[in-house]
Amino acid sequence: MYSFNHQLPNSVAAASSALGSADDGKFLAGGMTLLPTMKQRLASPSDLIDLAGIGDLVGISDSGDGVVIKAMTTHAAVAGSSVVQAKIPALAALAGGIGDPAVRNRGTIGGSVANNDPAADYPAACLGLGATIVTNKREIGADDFFTGLFETALEEDEVITEVRFPAAQKAAYQKFENPASRYAIVGVFVAQTAGGARVAVTGASQDGVGRISEMEQALGGNWSADAVANIDVPADGLNTDIHASAAYRAHLVTTMAKRAIAAAG
Amino acid sequence: MSETGIGARVKRVEDQRFLTGKGNYTDDINRPNQTYAFILRSPHAHARITSLDASAAQASEGVVAVFTGKDIAAAEVGGLPCGWQIHNKDGSPMAEPPHPMLVADKVRHVGDQVAMVIAETRDQARDAAEKIVVEYETLAAVTATDAAIKDGAPQVHDEAALNTCYDWELGDKAATEEGFAKAAHVVKIDVVNNRIIPNAMEPRVALGDYDRSTGDYTLFTTSQNPHVIRLLMGAFVLQLPEHKLRVVAPDVGGGFGSKIFHYAEEALVTWAAGKLGRPIKWVSDRSEAFVTDAHGRDHRTHAELAIDGDGKFLALRVSTLANMGAYLSTFAPAIPTYLSATLLAGVYTTPAIYSEVRAVFTNTVPVDAVRGAGRPETSYLLERLVDRAAKQTGIDKTELRKRNFIQPEQMPYQTPVALQYDVGDYPAVFEAGLAAADYSGFEGRKAETESRGKLRGVGISTYIEACGIAPSAVAGALGARAGLYESAQVRVHPTGSVTLFTGSHSHGQGHETTFAQVVSDLLGVPFEAVVVSHGDTAKVQFGMGTYGSRSLAVGGAAIYKACEKIIDKATKIAAHILEAAEADIEFKDGNFTVAGTDKSMAFGEVALAAYVPHNFPHETLEPGLDENAFYDPLNFSYPSGCHICEVEVDPDTGVVEVAKFTAVDDIGRVVNPMIVEGQVHGGVVQGIGQALLEGCVYDDEGQLLTGSFMDYAMPRADNVPFFTVAQKSVMGASNPLEVKGVGEVGAIGSPPAIINAVVNALEPLGVEDVTMPATPMTVWQAIQDAQAR
Repeated sequence: MYSFNHQLPNSVAAASSALGSADDGKFLAGGMTLLPTMKQRLASPSDLIDLAGIGDLVGISDSGDGVVIKAMTTHAAVAGSSVVQAKIPALAALAGGIGDPAVRNRGTIGGSVANNDPAADYPAACLGLGATIVTNKREIGADDFFTGLFETALEEDEVITEVRFPAAQKAAYQKFENPASRYAIVGVFVAQTAGGARVAVTGASQDGVGRISEMEQALGGNWSADAVANIDVPADGLNTDIHASAAYRAHLVTTMAKRAIAAAG
Repeated sequence: MSETGIGARVKRVEDQRFLTGKGNYTDDINRPNQTYAFILRSPHAHARITSLDASAAQASEGVVAVFTGKDIAAAEVGGLPCGWQIHNKDGSPMAEPPHPMLVADKVRHVGDQVAMVIAETRDQARDAAEKIVVEYETLAAVTATDAAIKDGAPQVHDEAALNTCYDWELGDKAATEEGFAKAAHVVKIDVVNNRIIPNAMEPRVALGDYDRSTGDYTLFTTSQNPHVIRLLMGAFVLQLPEHKLRVVAPDVGGGFGSKIFHYAEEALVTWAAGKLGRPIKWVSDRSEAFVTDAHGRDHRTHAELAIDGDGKFLALRVSTLANMGAYLSTFAPAIPTYLSATLLAGVYTTPAIYSEVRAVFTNTVPVDAVRGAGRPETSYLLERLVDRAAKQTGIDKTELRKRNFIQPEQMPYQTPVALQYDVGDYPAVFEAGLAAADYSGFEGRKAETESRGKLRGVGISTYIEACGIAPSAVAGALGARAGLYESAQVRVHPTGSVTLFTGSHSHGQGHETTFAQVVSDLLGVPFEAVVVSHGDTAKVQFGMGTYGSRSLAVGGAAIYKACEKIIDKATKIAAHILEAAEADIEFKDGNFTVAGTDKSMAFGEVALAAYVPHNFPHETLEPGLDENAFYDPLNFSYPSGCHICEVEVDPDTGVVEVAKFTAVDDIGRVVNPMIVEGQVHGGVVQGIGQALLEGCVYDDEGQLLTGSFMDYAMPRADNVPFFTVAQKSVMGASNPLEVKGVGEVGAIGSPPAIINAVVNALEPLGVEDVTMPATPMTVWQAIQDAQAR
């Protein structure tokens, strides 16, 4: 790790301003991706703007028709939240399956969503539930937020403050894990929402998290695993690596979608 | 049996310090005025160094020195030696290219060491290393064994034409061909024994120190055999005599073989400490460990088995390509040959066997022994082959094994591939395994699994291995450049407590417990009165260290011999003091008694007398009670066993779950059942790792794609079942404790049982073969391929 300046602002405004004045600053949320990258000397920011000093960014609340999770809330807190468990049990279960206990106790929802790792779990939940990502500047719908591998609609000095999840009538997430890293090779989040069925997939596509409209349409008239069982996802555009070929991933998308639908009930 | 003697389930005494963070590992040791080394490594698999400019690094903050390959080439030092010489079919010796501490001309694998920076802090050394400007002319690389021998393949060493290290053979070729001529069935198989990366929990560390006032060198290192490192490094690399070189291997956090070998960093820090007059510490990080610790396995084998009309094996011929990596690691040449091909009889009466092994250099990390070392490759080949033979001949796989087992009354049994098995009862072990696994209940469990939409398979492995390595005369005749005895010194202190100095080395095995149990039992002293000292060449007599499941079979035998000498001497002392004839003294339960009388001395009383010899007849009785012994085994020891695995396969995803695993092993006498169970558990977990998870992958350019735990899958708790582990001990092994060795059996016996189970589960889908590691994609692809046929 190269040396860097550590800053601990106590407000979102101060954090945004600190980033603006830093030479090459980075926001630090849970640090689950950034810190290992720095330890390997693959990243060398001049400043880490640590968001851990901003008390306003932690907490979970019941919004009536869903839940609001502040950006610096850890995965373990989401997994263990009685509010999330009651309103959107699939979201609590998803959070409880991220990484390992150390990751869940340090990693945050804001950090995960902002990083948009193409194999991360939270982006699938955001897209699958139609969440709204709230920043210090605006509100962004999940459909507009995730723009590609490690790419989001966030501007340079924009800080996620909270994520608003509407409850779904039914929802479930099924993840097929990489045997080594345990990241999603394919993760499918399905939800039956007020606006219709949503199917979001992480891990599979070269473009990062995305939705499968063909499955959503099929589920619109018939919420059952059988409805998607014969939908062949094309392998074109899917990732290939030593753990899973594009063809295998394509097969897993349908398989995990079926299982998620069955699990959602 | 006492509560702490041989056979007792004593809790490990070393665990108190390990579990409370009080262990003393090499990186816990720091010397005054210490500096830190960082090794600049090659990013390329194969490239010529056209220029190297270290001037900016020399000037970097905190830098004490920078050494490059040119400095090493100019110094009076040797390269890293290879400890085992194999001969080609024509009698000529193997190709043995040089292995310098730092390379000057050409790098041969990613991770090859190019320069060493020494600085006041580790970060300063690393910062400076980034300022070394190396220009490389990259060359085409070769990583796979079969690619290495193709015409036009990139040549790793000028000294090894066609990348061939050796082309070796064993067995009677003509007799084998005769067997095939008589065969009713010929069963063929091609197997790849996948390369694995050992990943001991503690990465390697080396700390070199030099005392200008005495001229003494000290190396603290993560080693399984400090005396061997002292000999190899002192005599062959740095030309330092033993009395000026101390090697200490303190607590070591696992080795699995990878810490047997002499590595460049050990010699570099020792050599440079002498140059600079300051201690130098080098600590590997995990990424470095992936590309510098010796890897294991990586064999590609074709085999054919000739069988008569009754299902009896007639002959076996085997051809193996073995990957040595870029250089010869310390014992690499012996692994595919004398530790592998010599086991090709297995537990079967196959009368004729011919094996040939071609070892090749590639642009990969050197390959050497990893837990099992050669024997897992052979057990995997044989047990996969026997299962295939059962299918091809239509004879049930249990029946086919039974028809071919060597019978206990045939012992000692001379195999056609050099080894002579001393004792064993393979049919009895097999029956015990079938019973423990409830083999007859498999169909019921299979039906239950199928009711949940999954497939279930059962796989058997009836393995044998040769460990307790090894009789020096045999090893020497086969090309070993070392003896393979072990040493023990038993020092009885004046008040009767005992320090055992052992040449074995404990890096997880629990020797401080088991060895103390042996001494306590033999001498009749309390378990708590025995302490075990190991790992420091300044304290312990020359010893050969721990690998090849030899610590109890060979090291324990040395302890036994030393204790015998102690009892002999104590008997003399007791006879003198009790005024009796030596022949009349009986030693039992820690007391020396004049037979038929109540005249008796406790062991402690004799010990005190030995050191307070007021009336000893000095011409016939020396003071003191301190004896040593060197034990050279008469034979290998031959553990065998029956491992039975049941797997559940999800046909939709290819996921394999080990649903049930039973290991019944014959390891001879058991000193500590709890430690034995732990060793089997650990070995089987590593076997599950190799069979299902651990795939080492290089790309065509020679980059290691599985260079971290993000891509290299180690087994975790949720990958393994609750095991059924039992022993079916057959006594009579060729050593005084009648022990056979347990460290490697789990890793040797389990992979074929697992893969046989996977293939068995997939048979209904038309799958005939699955390669290791049987990852979900591999299994899913095998199903797709079978269904496409």
